[in-house]
Amino acid sequence: MNKIIRKTPLAPSVNLIEVENPLIARKAQPGQFIILRVHENGERIPLTISDYNREKGTITLIFQEIGKTTTMLGRLGEGDCIRDLVGPLGKPTDLENLGRVVVIGGGLGTALVFSQVKEMHKNGTRVDVIVGARNESLIILEEEIKPYCENLYIATDDGSKGHKGFVTDLLKKLIEDGNKYDRAVAVGPLIMMKVVSNLTRQYGVPTTVSMNPIMIDGTGMCGGCRLSVGGETRFACVDGPEFDGHLVDFDQVIKRTGMYREQEKIALDLYRECCKRGEHNA
Amino acid sequence: MPEQKRKANLAKKKVPMPEQEPRVRARNFEEVAMGYTREQALEEARRCLRCKEPHCVEGCPVNVQIPDFIKFIEEEKFLEAYKKIKETNSLPAVCGRVCPQENQCEKLCLRGKKSEPVAIGRLERFVADYAASLPPAEVGEECLSGSLNKGKVAVIGSGPSGVTCAGDLTKMGYRVTMFEAFHTPGGVLMYGIPEFRLPKDVVQREIDNVKKLGVDVQTNMVIGKILSIDELFEQGYNAVYIGTGAGLPIFLRLPGENLNGVMSANEFLTRVNLMKAYKFPEYDTPVKIGRRVAVVGGGNVAMDAARSALRLGAEKVYIVYRRSEQEMPARREEVHHAREEGIEFKLLTNPVTIIGDDNGWVKGMECVEMELGEPDASGRRRPVVKQGSEHVIDVETVIMALGTTPNPLIAKTTGGLELTRFGGIVADETTGRTKRPGVFAGGDIVTGSATVILAMGAGKKAAVAINEHIRGKHE
Ligand SMILES: Cc1cc2nc3c(=O)[nH]c(=O)nc-3n(C[C@H](O)[C@H](O)[C@H](O)COP(=O)(O)OP(=O)(O)OC[C@H]3O[C@@H](n4cnc5c(N)ncnc54)[C@H](O)[C@@H]3O)c2cc1C
Ligand SMILES: Cc1cc2nc3c(=O)[nH]c(=O)nc-3n(C[C@H](O)[C@H](O)[C@H](O)COP(=O)(O)OP(=O)(O)OC[C@H]3O[C@@H](n4cnc5c(N)ncnc54)[C@H](O)[C@@H]3O)c2cc1C
Ligand code: SF4
Ligand code: FES
Repeated sequence: MNKIIRKTPLAPSVNLIEVENPLIARKAQPGQFIILRVHENGERIPLTISDYNREKGTITLIFQEIGKTTTMLGRLGEGDCIRDLVGPLGKPTDLENLGRVVVIGGGLGTALVFSQVKEMHKNGTRVDVIVGARNESLIILEEEIKPYCENLYIATDDGSKGHKGFVTDLLKKLIEDGNKYDRAVAVGPLIMMKVVSNLTRQYGVPTTVSMNPIMIDGTGMCGGCRLSVGGETRFACVDGPEFDGHLVDFDQVIKRTGMYREQEKIALDLYRECCKRGEHNA
Repeated sequence: MPEQKRKANLAKKKVPMPEQEPRVRARNFEEVAMGYTREQALEEARRCLRCKEPHCVEGCPVNVQIPDFIKFIEEEKFLEAYKKIKETNSLPAVCGRVCPQENQCEKLCLRGKKSEPVAIGRLERFVADYAASLPPAEVGEECLSGSLNKGKVAVIGSGPSGVTCAGDLTKMGYRVTMFEAFHTPGGVLMYGIPEFRLPKDVVQREIDNVKKLGVDVQTNMVIGKILSIDELFEQGYNAVYIGTGAGLPIFLRLPGENLNGVMSANEFLTRVNLMKAYKFPEYDTPVKIGRRVAVVGGGNVAMDAARSALRLGAEKVYIVYRRSEQEMPARREEVHHAREEGIEFKLLTNPVTIIGDDNGWVKGMECVEMELGEPDASGRRRPVVKQGSEHVIDVETVIMALGTTPNPLIAKTTGGLELTRFGGIVADETTGRTKRPGVFAGGDIVTGSATVILAMGAGKKAAVAINEHIRGKHE
């Protein structure tokens, strides 16, 4: 179980892994996530199920190495096993009657909307995709996603590819050029989702965002993943992770995800030091 | 020893149990109570009167044959004593530590009429720890996995209720699979009750024992997500037992409740116990605790959270509880331990707002004082706010320990179950039968937060009923 059967680097510190777990593969739906632990003393971290193959019994995870756990995960190779893998968690995306959709993927977010775009395409939904990244080297899955969307637009902060600027500039232009969208789906850094939501609110485009607060159990037991949506407290792991972007209190989530910054740094620094000394599992 | 020669110990008080010094233990996670020595156990065992109609047994939800096991202790047949307890209780080392004996067996003990009751819990713990100190072969736990052919049962949840049900059914000859959502089995015993009250290797030992019996334990399986109950039946399980506990935290919906530094006791205790955050960075999961901590609530969970916070280095820890000490649901012993360690009790106090600083972190909690008015539905006097009593306590961490409600995950994905108003599953008290044939439930998911031993009792009764259900169906 949980054997990594394929590993493909997508960008610097971004990896795709395909993991064997027939039970999860059988049940997974777009929008859901898993929680994993890399080693015995490890932390539980959530990752989106970015694709699945029911016949092969595998799921695909795409992750960015940012802290200790994701860095350790990045060190696993084909044939290695992930210690604990639980899922599929969270509510699947509602993909019925979406009309015309614009999907905005920021950075890694592109990977996370991939299965949704595929599913929308299968349902006959017309989808435009905007992919944003800091620079060209961080753009992922462009070729893979293209066949499933009507138009694919690219924005980079430095202009190294596509439009120079933020995804929101592009989105604004598309809307003002007369593209009528019935729904926007934004997945990416919190700040990007916030800005997109603020923009679409002005144009009255209903917007779905995917929240990534800190989680532990993923089953509604700890309350750690709670956020304010329309003034109500909701748990991202069971009520989400997708919510109405116009109702989410982004500033609060942004603060909450920084809660353990100091400790996270300590853990990563220690780990890097141990790696240097050749002690891999500390 | 011949009955006539026996001289009972008529001392009025229980033999005291050695404990770590309050000031020392308040800074470590080692067990507070250290357990009886052999001599102490022998001495306490002699306090039992061996009543002809022992009321203590009636007070025990799983009917441990108390005078019999105590007699074995007195005869220094500790292993026999262990086996006697194990006949009806699969988790003696756990029960000996956390059962509220004062409300159960010891409450009804005859000795308790005139003096202190027999220290049944401490003796139980002694016996269990003794057995654990022996090589497993000598204890000779049964291993039945060869002959499990009476049918297949799925047990959902590996807390005390699930473990008991699974163990009993295996002993009856069923092939049992126990599914657990977390990566480690044990339920609240693992993630909730702290190490200093219930060492995790003690729980692990009990889990290993059911594994040895032949129970197949499958972790990382959230039933309702990865498999539904319908699918379990499709896979050939003849019956399902739901022992998923009451794991959903209650929040007060106070302004400021989502600030950084506000946690549910579940989150805090899970980080500390299950994920071993007190050993960070040796373990990866962090926990952040301020210099001053307020724990809101008055139950065992609140005491556990407060005492854990102290052990993580907080300088000041308050218990904030809206009624008086009399109404506090926590065990007396735990309240006493907390006081000894320096936890400060702010009774008749209720939080109204949590105050944050500019960076979104807690910096204080505004509270009001309360007075006790007329009794409410629970029979306890209802607290009412004292006018003009608003005041702020300076804290950087607030832990909400207001109780929990049943986890609705399974109920939501399973047709045919009847639910209570608070989200629990309706099940018959004596059999665990739910509205749906073949589906049984027990423990906190049925009763709401209760006790380890009641959850075990429910698991036991359900095992009997499941056996009858399957036999009835197949014969
Ligand atoms: C539903 C959901 C789906 C996600 N999907 C993906 C994905 O597909 N790919 C991906 O790269 N990332 C995803 N994330 C984010 C991912 O969980 C974090 O990057 C990861 O936890 C970082 O762990 P770390 O130990 O490497 O870093 P750390 O140094 O521990 O933390 C770095 C940052 O990651 C976040 N984080 C840390 N611990 C947790 C936790 N337990 N739960 C949630 N966030 C945490 C915090 O914002 C933190 O500041 C998802 C998060 C959620 C909630
Ligand atoms: C901090 C704390 C201190 C306590 N102190 C005491 C004490 O001193 N004495 C005492 O007698 N009682 C005490 N209690 C209460 C006692 O622990 C509970 O009453 C008891 O554990 C209930 O047992 P259970 O088997 O019903 O459920 P739990 O112990 O809650 O176990 C349920 C298990 O089911 C799992 N689960 C849930 N949903 C699913 C799903 N969908 N699929 C698979 N698995 C699932 C959970 O992860 C969990 O492991 C305390 C409780 C807490 C929280
Ligand atoms: S009631 Fe007390 S004295 Fe009597 S048998 Fe039970 S433990 Fe012994
Ligand atoms: S992660 Fe614990 S409640 Fe959502």
